Amino acid sequence: MTPVLEASNLHVTFGTSIAAVRGISLTVARGETHCLVGESGCGKSVTALAIMGLLSRTAHRSADILRFHDHDLTRLSERGMARLRGDRIAMIFQEPMTSLNPAYTIGSQMAEVFERHRRVSRTIALDRAAELLHRVGITAPGMRLKQYPHQLSGGLRQRVMISMALMCEPELLIADEPTTALDVTVQAQILRLLQNLQRELGLALLLITHDLGIVARIADRVSVMYAGEIVESALTGPLFAAPTHPYTRGLLRCIPVPGQVRRDEPLGSIPGVVPRIAPEFIGCSFRERCAFAMPDCARDVPRQRAAVDHDYLCRLPPDWTRAEAA
Amino acid sequence: MTLAVEVRNLRRVFRTRSGMLAAERVVRAVDGVSFALPAGQVLGIVGESGCGKSTLARMILGLLPPSNGEILVDGRSLASMDRRERARLIQPVFQDPFSSLNPRQRVRDIVGLPLAAQGNVSDRQQRDRVMEMLGRVGISAEIADRLPAQLSGGQRQRVAIARALVLHPRIVVCDEPTSALDVSVQAQILNLLVELRRDLQLTYLFISHNLAVVEHIATEVAVMYLGRFVEQAPVDALFRDPRHPYTRALLASVLTPEPGKGIPDVGLGETYPDPANIPPGCRFHPRCPMALERCRTDAPDNIVSHGRLTECLLAETASGT
Amino acid sequence: MKHAATGLGAIIVFAVALAAIIAPLIAPHDPFVQDLNQRMVPPEWMDGGSAVHPFGTDQLGRDYLSRLLYGARISMMIGIFTVITSGLIGITLGVFGGYFGGKIDDVVMFIITCRLSIPLILVALTVVALVGSSLLVVILTLGLLLWERFAVVSRTTTMQVRNLDYIAAAQAAGASRRHILLREVLPNILTPLVVVATLEMALAILLEAALSFLGLGVPPPLPSWGLMIAEGKDYMFFSPWVIMIPGIALFVLVLGINLLGDGLRDLLGTRRPA
Repeated sequence: MTPVLEASNLHVTFGTSIAAVRGISLTVARGETHCLVGESGCGKSVTALAIMGLLSRTAHRSADILRFHDHDLTRLSERGMARLRGDRIAMIFQEPMTSLNPAYTIGSQMAEVFERHRRVSRTIALDRAAELLHRVGITAPGMRLKQYPHQLSGGLRQRVMISMALMCEPELLIADEPTTALDVTVQAQILRLLQNLQRELGLALLLITHDLGIVARIADRVSVMYAGEIVESALTGPLFAAPTHPYTRGLLRCIPVPGQVRRDEPLGSIPGVVPRIAPEFIGCSFRERCAFAMPDCARDVPRQRAAVDHDYLCRLPPDWTRAEAA
Repeated sequence: MTLAVEVRNLRRVFRTRSGMLAAERVVRAVDGVSFALPAGQVLGIVGESGCGKSTLARMILGLLPPSNGEILVDGRSLASMDRRERARLIQPVFQDPFSSLNPRQRVRDIVGLPLAAQGNVSDRQQRDRVMEMLGRVGISAEIADRLPAQLSGGQRQRVAIARALVLHPRIVVCDEPTSALDVSVQAQILNLLVELRRDLQLTYLFISHNLAVVEHIATEVAVMYLGRFVEQAPVDALFRDPRHPYTRALLASVLTPEPGKGIPDVGLGETYPDPANIPPGCRFHPRCPMALERCRTDAPDNIVSHGRLTECLLAETASGT
Repeated sequence: MKHAATGLGAIIVFAVALAAIIAPLIAPHDPFVQDLNQRMVPPEWMDGGSAVHPFGTDQLGRDYLSRLLYGARISMMIGIFTVITSGLIGITLGVFGGYFGGKIDDVVMFIITCRLSIPLILVALTVVALVGSSLLVVILTLGLLLWERFAVVSRTTTMQVRNLDYIAAAQAAGASRRHILLREVLPNILTPLVVVATLEMALAILLEAALSFLGLGVPPPLPSWGLMIAEGKDYMFFSPWVIMIPGIALFVLVLGINLLGDGLRDLLGTRRPA
């Protein structure tokens, strides 16, 4: 079955000095949750914007394949993209306060999406909006439709964003850090909601986050991103069971887990900072921070397979962790 | 053993009016907080948005006057201290490294400000102490002349820590010091804070919404909800045996990186906490999965037993009060 | 393109300022000396003109180029000193209101509202009637009346800065209020204020020209450009250069100041950290 979203060798550069995305490839199938995980500056948000065609004019995007079903996104005009956006591909952002227009009611913003894509009257659109608000667990939807964004709490706003994204029953939902700005109790609710909706609607979900806990609990497939590249990609279970790329391993060691805290040892950390990469950069972008860097890492880096459907971008052999432990 | 910080029945109310004709909104940000923090300990305060932890931090730092209640630092009343004396005792590290450093000042001046404000430190002494502290937090000397815009988030937070420590205060109030940083950098900063506490014999008031981080650094933990401590206990006891339903929900919500466990349903319901509309009776009852009829009308007292505090009617019954 | 415009503005302002400063050195004649035999001589490039008076003479035979150059002094002085006065008043009020909030802010807002309800021309009329007109009176009148934009902009920017953590950190560090206002708040609100300053400077210069035109500003025989226009309006149709020359000078100077101000805003704005 063809994936809903397929990207191969996607590049995004800003001007001549910054290569934000350097040849990433990923797929999202129907009903699948693919998490793109990385820290700030790794290019994950830029990837999302690149797929949606929302990059600024100074950005240059190229790809061998960038396909939504059988639409070639690299060849679509802006008009063509606008027809897909909000209708078949939807996106939700991190900070609902800045992605909802404070000057309009919730109802009018939600209705607008539906009216524009399906050419129906406002009444029909508002009915659908109310239905969706109910679907995402908002009580008294009629009242909520008349409210303005600032009258709602963060969790409610994010639910509104989700229902707005679902107005036209999209097939692909891209969520960029949808719960980062929310309290941890609300976060759990929102993620459960996303999971349920995905199951009901058969959504393909591309979830972008820096939180490995979310990834472990919700993802079917994980791609770890660093400095514009995907350094490791696998199904969730194998990735956490056998993380192979040194960055992935380092990242996992940084996260304190309640109940497993060892106070006598310092937390694992990765020294240094995420680098900014220029387009001419060669070799492994992680080598400055890697404890296992070799001189060859400055030249080129092979993409190897750790197992079936589990690949990583590093010179180290697939079983190096076992050899190291020994 | 001296008490580094002692707080008695602290309250803070904000009155706002959105426009001339609108009704006044009374926000009870901190609604009766009391605790005693011995020297050398770390009190972790956890809570979500709207619980009042930042307001509490600002009052303890002397930046916001309380509406009610007392704050004693090192045995002396905070209100009675002048700004220089207070600065020598208690200093902050804030959450956002981008807004906690003056963008128009160089690092050496930022870190030197507390010394300069004391008024009795010579320029040479100031320079030496600034460089010494920068070295201690892992900032190399040539960074001292840079502007904040030229530093990474982790570096800025180190500068903020250096500024907090340059007067050798007794107490440091950390308000979400790692929340705005990348995961790999968070760990660096946390390790630094742990090390500095040990080396300089500091006392921390550590505020965070991240339970795992708190578990790593705190000796005692208080859970804050709508302006009050609903549970307080030594760190291991709290994490092993949480008693308040809210604490249990918080702990259950933490998504550990363990695949296959799914997303927990913590059962808190739809309503969200609003400090302008604190529910009658137990303030947590609208969201509590175990609420009884009583909880709607009777506010629980603090139940103190075996060095633990739990503000819940169910705990009352449990301890046989 | 934008940089070119800013550069042009800077050149114009710099040139006028320079001309004002070295006027005594480059003016061909004394601007106050009348020569009734040489009245209304056209500029050099018109029939009847000569190099003796490159820009011609006015109705009292005074050399126009010299009057223009000395007039630049007046315009620049008006511009600079008015802005200094109004800036001091407005920024002080705005920063106090924005920083302290509460009752103090209420008072500041009240003062600003009062100021906004005062009609500038009527006040100028009254002042001149009471005190008589002079350069100093014009500077003071304009300075004491043109501060409201400074106040509003400083108040809003101070309110934004006030809630940032570095202010709280400075307070916690034990810094005095004076230090916080002068060294923590002020440097961070300067960018928009510089732009306001250039706008107010242009406005002051234009207002002085208007007031002088109405007889309420600088008194004759001072060579204010506005006064030159006023004095020349009777000869507008026969000797148009009498109005055009100071008119164009005013236009160019105000244009230059505005271009410079626009460019400064962009330039200073981009230096804000990410």
